[in-house]
Amino acid sequence: MRAALRIIALVIAAALASTAAAQTDDATLTKLVADLGQKSFSKKSKAIDALFATGDPRVAAILEAMLSRNLYKQKSDNAILVKTKKDGKSVYQNPLTKTAIETTSKLKKVRINNKLRKKLRGAIGSLSLQNKDPVKRIAAADAVFKSRTKGMLAPLEAALSSEPDDAVRDRMRRALSAIQLVHKSDPEVRVAAVKTLGEFADPEVRGLLNSLLVKRGDGSHAEANVTIRAAAEEVLTAAERSAAFWGTVQNLFQGISLGSVLLLAAIGLAITFGVMGVINMAHGEMVMLGAYTTFVVQDIIRTTAPGLFDLSLFIAIPAAFLVAGAVGVAIERGVIRFLYGRPLETLLATWGISLVLQQFVRSVFGPTNREVGTPSWMQGAIQTAEGLTLTYNRIAIIVFSLMVMGVLLLVLRRTWFGLQMRAVTQNRPMASAMGIRTGWVDAMTFGLGSGIAGIAGVALSQIDNVSPNLGQSYIIDSFLVVVFGGVGNLWGTLVGALSLGVVNKFLEPYAGAVLGKIFVLVVVILFIQKRPRGLFALKGRAVES
Amino acid sequence: MKPFGKVARGLAIAGATAGLMMTSAVQAADTIKVGVLHSLSGTMAISETTLKDTVLMMVDDLNKKGGLLGKKVEAVVVDPASNWPLFAEKARELITAKKVDVVFGCWTSVSRKSVLPVFEELNSMLFYPVQYEGEESSRNVFYTGAAPNQQAIPAVEYLMSEDGGSAKRWVLLGTDYVYPRTTNKILRAFLKSKSVKEEDIMENYTPFGHSDWQTIVAEVKKFAGAGKKTAVVSTINGDANVPFYKELANQGIKAEDIPVVAFSVGEEELAGLDTKPLVGHLAAWNYFMSVETSENEAFIKKWHAFIKDEKRVTNDPMEAHYIGFNMWVQAVKQAGTTDVDAVRQAMYGQKVKNLTGGISVMNTNHHLSKPVLIGEVQEDGQFDTVWSTDGLVVGDAWSDYIPESAKLTADWTYPWVCGNCVKPNHMTN
Repeated sequence: MRAALRIIALVIAAALASTAAAQTDDATLTKLVADLGQKSFSKKSKAIDALFATGDPRVAAILEAMLSRNLYKQKSDNAILVKTKKDGKSVYQNPLTKTAIETTSKLKKVRINNKLRKKLRGAIGSLSLQNKDPVKRIAAADAVFKSRTKGMLAPLEAALSSEPDDAVRDRMRRALSAIQLVHKSDPEVRVAAVKTLGEFADPEVRGLLNSLLVKRGDGSHAEANVTIRAAAEEVLTAAERSAAFWGTVQNLFQGISLGSVLLLAAIGLAITFGVMGVINMAHGEMVMLGAYTTFVVQDIIRTTAPGLFDLSLFIAIPAAFLVAGAVGVAIERGVIRFLYGRPLETLLATWGISLVLQQFVRSVFGPTNREVGTPSWMQGAIQTAEGLTLTYNRIAIIVFSLMVMGVLLLVLRRTWFGLQMRAVTQNRPMASAMGIRTGWVDAMTFGLGSGIAGIAGVALSQIDNVSPNLGQSYIIDSFLVVVFGGVGNLWGTLVGALSLGVVNKFLEPYAGAVLGKIFVLVVVILFIQKRPRGLFALKGRAVES
Repeated sequence: MKPFGKVARGLAIAGATAGLMMTSAVQAADTIKVGVLHSLSGTMAISETTLKDTVLMMVDDLNKKGGLLGKKVEAVVVDPASNWPLFAEKARELITAKKVDVVFGCWTSVSRKSVLPVFEELNSMLFYPVQYEGEESSRNVFYTGAAPNQQAIPAVEYLMSEDGGSAKRWVLLGTDYVYPRTTNKILRAFLKSKSVKEEDIMENYTPFGHSDWQTIVAEVKKFAGAGKKTAVVSTINGDANVPFYKELANQGIKAEDIPVVAFSVGEEELAGLDTKPLVGHLAAWNYFMSVETSENEAFIKKWHAFIKDEKRVTNDPMEAHYIGFNMWVQAVKQAGTTDVDAVRQAMYGQKVKNLTGGISVMNTNHHLSKPVLIGEVQEDGQFDTVWSTDGLVVGDAWSDYIPESAKLTADWTYPWVCGNCVKPNHMTN
């Protein structure tokens, strides 16, 4: 690595010496560009360095085309062409003059690998340090930080001296210190660089400082200078202390996130199983139907109104509720109502239904997974300097699950339908005598539970595979949550889901995903032995019957 | 028993639907029968259905060319439903009841291990098309996928090289079953032989279909922060890969920082994914759809015409079936019969043009010679080859990096006639 960097530096120095003016003549440049088409990646890498060193204003566009894989080599004369789109058609241009070229020769794409990609990003970054947009300047500084090539020192210093924005200056100082630390030899400059880097102490900087402390195979240190090692160690120990705390916060977030997924999957079951007492093995398939509804909705939006794509999930939510709810009502009216009071037969019948539904979906949509797109606002994460990563899709699901829970509670507590539902489940003959159509209420309740499972499918389509087997992986967990939380109690389902999620996530780093899950199962079994009715047992007469 | 009547009716419907997917096994007098043993339902259906279609396409193609030995070739398809014990049952059904001459099938190593005793007991022939952990050579199985020395070892060597980023620290992620565990055992031994220290290797296993990758990805990030270039070697199988790559993208892990090389992720798996954030992650295979050869172009064209969908991709196990099926056809022609013992003898040294521009050979250890390619994921869901072996690599049944395996030899010709022997069965003195 070191040797390679030295060679690169030499190449740059040589190139700098030979090119006095910023504008290089076309012949030289064309030759340098042609070098990008060589087969070996290390030769391509040198060609990029040489091009970058010319400082020609046209270089950035060429490097960008290379990064986006739009450079092609003409087989007949090895000339490099740039592919662009014009009116939906591919056109090839000369990279320097931008004149369109009709080519009959065979074209070969100029390939890049990860190493070149990093180098290209760095080079493009360092060429766009003077961009008008501060967001682009920050991105440029960060790309320079990552590639840390010596040749970027001068442009970075120039950009830093004229930078008006404080936030951008900070990122540039971070990148500058990193290059100074790696490429400068003056120990004082390097200690100062470590100190500057200490102000940031994000995971990337910590990784860089850690690399100074690495011991080589023969026992020598990667960094020979003791003062610099000590300075790096000081920064790292300070960062370590806060890292432990933020690690716990991260774990807690992941636990709540897993809990919210469990809650979403179980909340529909808390109604069909918890409130109505139907052992519904087809619950998972309602979740699956919801996920497939999302796929269909997105498919329609993609073909008819692509602009609405970011809102597709909001359209999918009511659609999934209606589809899964309607299927639920059909199942209740068609099968389950004949089986009330016979749990074993209900179990078998619903299991059969789940198989039929799976095979139905497999026949209609095919056995392969379907891609449900993620709206742009759900991609990425909030990353803090302390190393905390909160992904947007998980945050959205946590909020969404709590909202579903809230709305459901409102429906049960505050609406006429909720009142009827509670009346029927508590005392069916009395409710019937009061003029409530118990059969209708049963169908609607089952439909509500199924519909909510469908809504859960919309959310789960964002983090799991949309395949005919989607439901199967959630059915066991759902029953676990409902039984653990206390049958018939929505609050129990909430607390049960969140606590199982958090316990699972705190165990996982120590026990691994497989053992962690087994351990949680054992704990739940032991807990049920002690408290057969779960965390929040219902009290009163309803329980005895 | 009214309710049970309903259940029975439900099951009958399910059965009928499954039955529709099978080709009817009509007994015809003069046909050669090819058994297809791939899951068409359950977790593995995503990968295996394509392979069933590949065999059907090859059979169809062969019949259009006039069949084999003057007879029509008929494919007999059964569905073992991703259920490992059911694989053994269905294999027995194919061989004894349907009287097939050869079977193309299985994906996971568990399923192969489950059918192995059946094929050995009934002396039938199985073509297994998927990359696997090695450490096996059965007289009745031809392994057309990659052995570890044709996939895992070259991939790790590439990541260690300067072009691959000179990785010094390794995360081995896998699904919890025999293939990842054995592969990682071999890799661990290999890494140690390259003087990688114990503390620089992290190993982690997850169940099939694992969907919550938050903790593991966060741990990988932490592990990578120790100042040495880190790479991830993934033997994660099946559709657990989709949420894994989604989580990688969401947590902002770029291939330039921590590259992930996968042994079970091909074009088909990427088809269900937005690959923009995954550009640069790697896969090691013996075939990529993007390889530019006339054979590959013809194969893709034929596939699109057969499946009637221009968007469908091709992948490495499909090429393995392509090679395996063509080899079997050649061997049958050469032997003049479909008799298992005669065809087996004819298989050794059989040569077939593969789709990447070389000629693959069947070796006497029942493994193929194939080229090894390493590709980087691109935005369009295809791989760009960034490294490949100069020639073909001979598949090695027993790994040289596990001491007890290094001693073993697999060679089914005289004088060895053995899949796991220290010395030949027939000594010539």
